[in-house]
Amino acid sequence: MSNIKLECHEANHICDKNQYKEASFLEKVKLTIHLIYCRACRQYTRKNTKLTKLVNNPKVQALDATAKEDLQNVFERELVKQQQDH
Amino acid sequence: MAEHKLDPNKWITLYSDYLFNYTITRVSDREIAQDLVQETFLAGLKSMTNYKGEASERTWLISILKRKIIDHYRKINSNKGKAEVRMSYNSDSETEGDWLEERVADPFDKTAEDKIENTELGTAIHECLSKLPEKQAKVFKMKTILGHETENICNELNITASNLWVIIHRARTAMASCMEKNWF
Repeated sequence: MSNIKLECHEANHICDKNQYKEASFLEKVKLTIHLIYCRACRQYTRKNTKLTKLVNNPKVQALDATAKEDLQNVFERELVKQQQDH
Repeated sequence: MAEHKLDPNKWITLYSDYLFNYTITRVSDREIAQDLVQETFLAGLKSMTNYKGEASERTWLISILKRKIIDHYRKINSNKGKAEVRMSYNSDSETEGDWLEERVADPFDKTAEDKIENTELGTAIHECLSKLPEKQAKVFKMKTILGHETENICNELNITASNLWVIIHRARTAMASCMEKNWF
C-alpha cells in the first residue's frame, strides 16, 4: 500500500479529473488523504472547485463547433462579396 | 490615424463566443441568439467604413449587437400586441384556493443582485478565456462549457489524453487566477 500516498502533481491531476466527475472512487480517496496533509493542493482544489461552480452556471454558454462553422461559412461568403464590390 | 483597426477575418474566432454569450443572457434562446450574432457580424461587415477606430473592435461589435437585440424585442412585441392576453389564476388543482400572494416566486430564491451577477458572469468568463493561449482556450471551452467527452476532443484535435489533461490543468490554473482577479 505504498502507492496510497500521492505526489502533488498526481493529486492535481485527480483534482482536475474530479471537476468533470471522471475520477474513480479509489482516486478520490487518495486525493482526500493527500489533501489532509498538503496545504498547497488544498488551495488548488479549493480554487478549482470554485471555478467549476462558476463555469457550470447555466448563464455561461458557448457556440458549439457546427454552429461556429456555419457562421464562419456565411460570413466568409459575405466577405468575398464585399471585397468584390470594392 | 485610427487607433484601432478592423480585421474581419478574425472576428468569428475571436468574438463569436463572447457575443453569443452576451446575447443568450438577453434573449435566452440558442437559435435566436445565433441568428442575432450572425446578423451582427454581417452588419459589422457592411458598415466597416463607418468605424472610426475610437472603440475596440469588440466594443464596436457589441454596440451593433445591442441594436440587434433591441430590434428583436421590438419585432416580437409588435406581434404580441395583437394577441389576446389570458390569465388563469388556477391552472392546477393542487394550488386551488391559494391566495395570489402565495403563488409569486419566492423573493429569497433569486434576488436582483443574483441576476445581475449571472448575466455578467458569462462575459467575465469569456473575457478570461480570451486571454488564454488559443489552444488552451479551445480545449477548456470544449471540455468545460460545451461538455464534450475527453475522447472526442482528443480525436478532433489529434492529441493524447494525458496531453489534454496537461492543457486543461494549465487552462484551469490560469482561469482560476484570472477569475479571482476579475470576479471575486
